[in-house]
Amino acid sequence: MPNNSEANAGFYKDTLLAGLWRENPVFRLLLGMCPTLAVTAAVKPALTMGLCVIFVLLCSNLIVSLMRNLLKPHLRILMFTLTISTFVTIADLFLKAFVPRMSETLGPYVPLIIVNCIIICRAEACASKNPLIVSIIDALGMGAGFTLTLCVLAGVRELLSTGKIFEAQVMPDWFVPWAAMSMPVGAFITLGLLLGLVNATTGKKA
Amino acid sequence: MDTLNILIMGFMSIVIVNNLVFTKFLGICPYLGVSGRIDMAFGMGMAVTFVVTLSGTLTWMIDHWILMRLGLEVTRYVCFILVIAGAVQLVEMYLRKFFPVLYESFGIFLPLITTNCAILGLCLFINLWGINNLLEAVVLSFGAGIGFTMAICIMAGIRENLNLADVPQCLKGAPITLITAGILALAFMGFAGMIR
Repeated sequence: MPNNSEANAGFYKDTLLAGLWRENPVFRLLLGMCPTLAVTAAVKPALTMGLCVIFVLLCSNLIVSLMRNLLKPHLRILMFTLTISTFVTIADLFLKAFVPRMSETLGPYVPLIIVNCIIICRAEACASKNPLIVSIIDALGMGAGFTLTLCVLAGVRELLSTGKIFEAQVMPDWFVPWAAMSMPVGAFITLGLLLGLVNATTGKKA
Repeated sequence: MDTLNILIMGFMSIVIVNNLVFTKFLGICPYLGVSGRIDMAFGMGMAVTFVVTLSGTLTWMIDHWILMRLGLEVTRYVCFILVIAGAVQLVEMYLRKFFPVLYESFGIFLPLITTNCAILGLCLFINLWGINNLLEAVVLSFGAGIGFTMAICIMAGIRENLNLADVPQCLKGAPITLITAGILALAFMGFAGMIR
């Protein structure tokens, strides 16, 4: 059935792209705001955070999708959180063992992935209803979208607060760093303006 | 006298200087979602205060008296989230029985307290700061709840007036709320260095 597989491929691609832009978790669904604001003072921690979220999202979607037929409706949220917190523990221990300095920078925001709404939302909205392959692709798309957003936000903030990106000088010498951008103020205002920009370019009515 | 001093200082610092919303970015989701009206914001703040006090205390006890003694720190996150989910369930049942009107108005946001980062975040911060005194843990948890209530009520008050303002179309809703929060965070930075 060539037709069917083609339709399938289109559907998979569509699912993957949905997470990247059309249903971008941060800009469109306003999910997972806490880590978005907290770890984006520089690009490196933001990237690490994004990779952790991709890992946890992938594993939890995989497990939830495998056990979707066994779930009892009233216990499903509990099962989701238990699955997620197990994988977050794995990710946290991994970071502590292999990149201890990064683990220190991220601090409690790694375990806070457990309560990141994106992961529960995807488990509930996608993985508990769809077969394995769709869930995995959805996790990859959403995770990549989240990481991308984090990096954009962190890029803007790091550039303006230090004049560097990835610790390499970008701005000319006369540039005076805006210290406020690395503080909470910068996080809130940058995200607010970026959201406004996204709304303005796509013409979305708030 | 000394203990009392530490407790008061700890309380003030978590309410004002280390406010969870403005300096640690915890609990932003309900902060954006429920801050539309001041009465709902206050109700939400109270519910969060109750849950955070309960779960902060319980997790401290479990962490120090069970997990650390048995060397089971690896299961810390799983235990914490279970305690929080249980506490939220308790509050939900209580509200449904005694304050049905408030329960109705919360809607989906009540079960979502489980995934409110402020609560798990506070439990983790208590652990991170190495608080090894039960009383201090209780006061800090309660203070965190009060700080959250204060932040969300201030925001609700501002947003009620913001409805009358002429905000550019693309900034309406979440973006302008975030920018306002940024300015509030700037104001709260003025307290930094006041204590410790």
